[in-house]
Amino acid sequence: MGSLVRNSIFIAVAVAFIYFAGDVFGSYKMFLINTIGIYAILALSYNLINGVTGQFSLEPNGFVAIGAYFTAILLLSTESKIDMYALVDPSPIVLSMHTGSLAIALLVGGVAATIIALLLSLPVFRVRGDYLAIVTLGFGFIIRIFAINNPEFTNGAMGLNDISSSINFYWVGGILLITFIVMLNIIYSKYGRAMKSVRDDEDAATAMGINTFKIKTLAFMTSAFFEGIGGGLLAVLITTITPDQFSFLLTFQLLIIVVLGGLGSMSGTLIATILVMVGMEALRFLDEPNILGLGNEAHPGLRMVIFSVILIVVMLFARRGLLGDRELLDFFKKSKK
Amino acid sequence: MDFSIFLQQLVNGASLGSMYALIAIGYTMVYGVLRLINFAHGDFMMVGAFLTLFGYSAGIPFELSVLLAIVGSAFIGVMTDKIAYKPLRDAPKISLLITAIGISFFLENLFIVLFGATPKAFNAPEYLTKVFHVGEIYLPISVIIIPIVTVLILTFILYILYKTKYGMAIRALAFDIPTVKLMGVDADRIIMIVFIIGSSLAAIGGIFYAVSYPSIDPLMGIIVGLKAFAAAVLGGIGSVTGAVLGGFILGFTEIFVVAMFPELGGYKDAFAFFFLILVLLFRPTGIMGEDLERSRF
Repeated sequence: MGSLVRNSIFIAVAVAFIYFAGDVFGSYKMFLINTIGIYAILALSYNLINGVTGQFSLEPNGFVAIGAYFTAILLLSTESKIDMYALVDPSPIVLSMHTGSLAIALLVGGVAATIIALLLSLPVFRVRGDYLAIVTLGFGFIIRIFAINNPEFTNGAMGLNDISSSINFYWVGGILLITFIVMLNIIYSKYGRAMKSVRDDEDAATAMGINTFKIKTLAFMTSAFFEGIGGGLLAVLITTITPDQFSFLLTFQLLIIVVLGGLGSMSGTLIATILVMVGMEALRFLDEPNILGLGNEAHPGLRMVIFSVILIVVMLFARRGLLGDRELLDFFKKSKK
Repeated sequence: MDFSIFLQQLVNGASLGSMYALIAIGYTMVYGVLRLINFAHGDFMMVGAFLTLFGYSAGIPFELSVLLAIVGSAFIGVMTDKIAYKPLRDAPKISLLITAIGISFFLENLFIVLFGATPKAFNAPEYLTKVFHVGEIYLPISVIIIPIVTVLILTFILYILYKTKYGMAIRALAFDIPTVKLMGVDADRIIMIVFIIGSSLAAIGGIFYAVSYPSIDPLMGIIVGLKAFAAAVLGGIGSVTGAVLGGFILGFTEIFVVAMFPELGGYKDAFAFFFLILVLLFRPTGIMGEDLERSRF
């Protein structure tokens, strides 16, 4: 089967699913499917920098927050902003930012995250390994601290609400499909091979004439762009954003997904997103009060205890995750030889 | 700034810096031996504070609960190493780092499940919270005790490191693990000792923190842990004296910047990261450190 036929079939099936999903599933299930779709966008782009390029970083919550805030501020009308900003009056910049178009709002969110990623890459890619992890983790914290301390832009800890827009699965599914195709095309391009060479041996890659700083920055910016857009979609889907939503917990969930699916495998990430998100939903009962006789207080931590144990167990016993660094199709190709 | 206010801030800075220093020592020692940023280290501090509170509110005398909490934290530190880090000694660094993040999240959420996410009041016995007035300076007794105890502990750690057989083994491991094993040293036992020292110091730091800021919650270790890590890098990771120096610099900076520019108060948690980024940009080896990849005690 030629790759053109195969790819067309894949895209046709995906488009059909996106088109008919709204008719088949109820509104609760559609909310879950939308959430899964957005997390898949975030996890795919996180995997580009973490898995494919091998630069272990912990910043997605920062980029998601940037995208979410830009999109939300653009979509809110001037009057509702004046009503909503309770602590201080919104800054004139915030008031002047408005668009009715979801596409423009999402795009601005993505571009804003990309620009920040470019600026951030200058200092952070001077370090490697665990240092990179902790510096990017710090970036996520700083974004959150900034959002809390600048109420004239973000309405502080109270966040923004009533972000209304006619979001549906066409948006989420369409952007997910685009993200997936873009990521696969990057992986199989010259840039993708350069990224993998940086992951496998950075010194050797440099010796082969690859500008590793440029490659890392490219991967970082691409990843940030889609994370920004994903953040915008998240803001529109749940209509309320506060700085606390973009804590390290978000990054941690994405990390579990990426590690479970296999660092570097995009199809693995898709499968893992569905597994983890459905698992989270199915285990929701654990956070109800009175589980395990631990008293009447609701304990929002038990699910995360289970997921951190899953993460540790995966790392100890199945370090390569579901698919390792290969794509689903690679397994079929192997058997042909 | 008024001289008495200056003195007041100096004392506060010394006390805050001591806590950072105590926690930073654990980071730097584990990094020195395993080349691992122990993400869970900040949570050992939280464990220390919570175990103390638990023992104390269960009716055990304060001093005894402190002791039990230190032992408990040391035990959790050692178990973390045995269960999560030891099987991955030969694995890629990234795997170890991800496991460390997993442990950190596990501890935080376990304590949320056990104690609830809401902050708990930490009522230290009165002799620790009593306040003296020297002129215009306001001195809780803990603010005096904390730096003194820290200096004593530091002396003890340096004694262990440079005057005992175990210290020699720890320093040797920081150079090269396989060779040290060939010399007949039980490397796993030495690493265990490093974890015992590191997590007990983190627990002591956590208890000091709880006494000074009498409200604790299961997520308190994240931000303090990260700051202590920034302090360790600032001082030069792998160097114990560097960690202490970094801790004090960070503590003084935080207190004085907030005292002089109160409008920056909301950003005080971000200073450490600006420091961290600046240090990594201009002097990645920190103040006392040598080469990042081959740092020594």
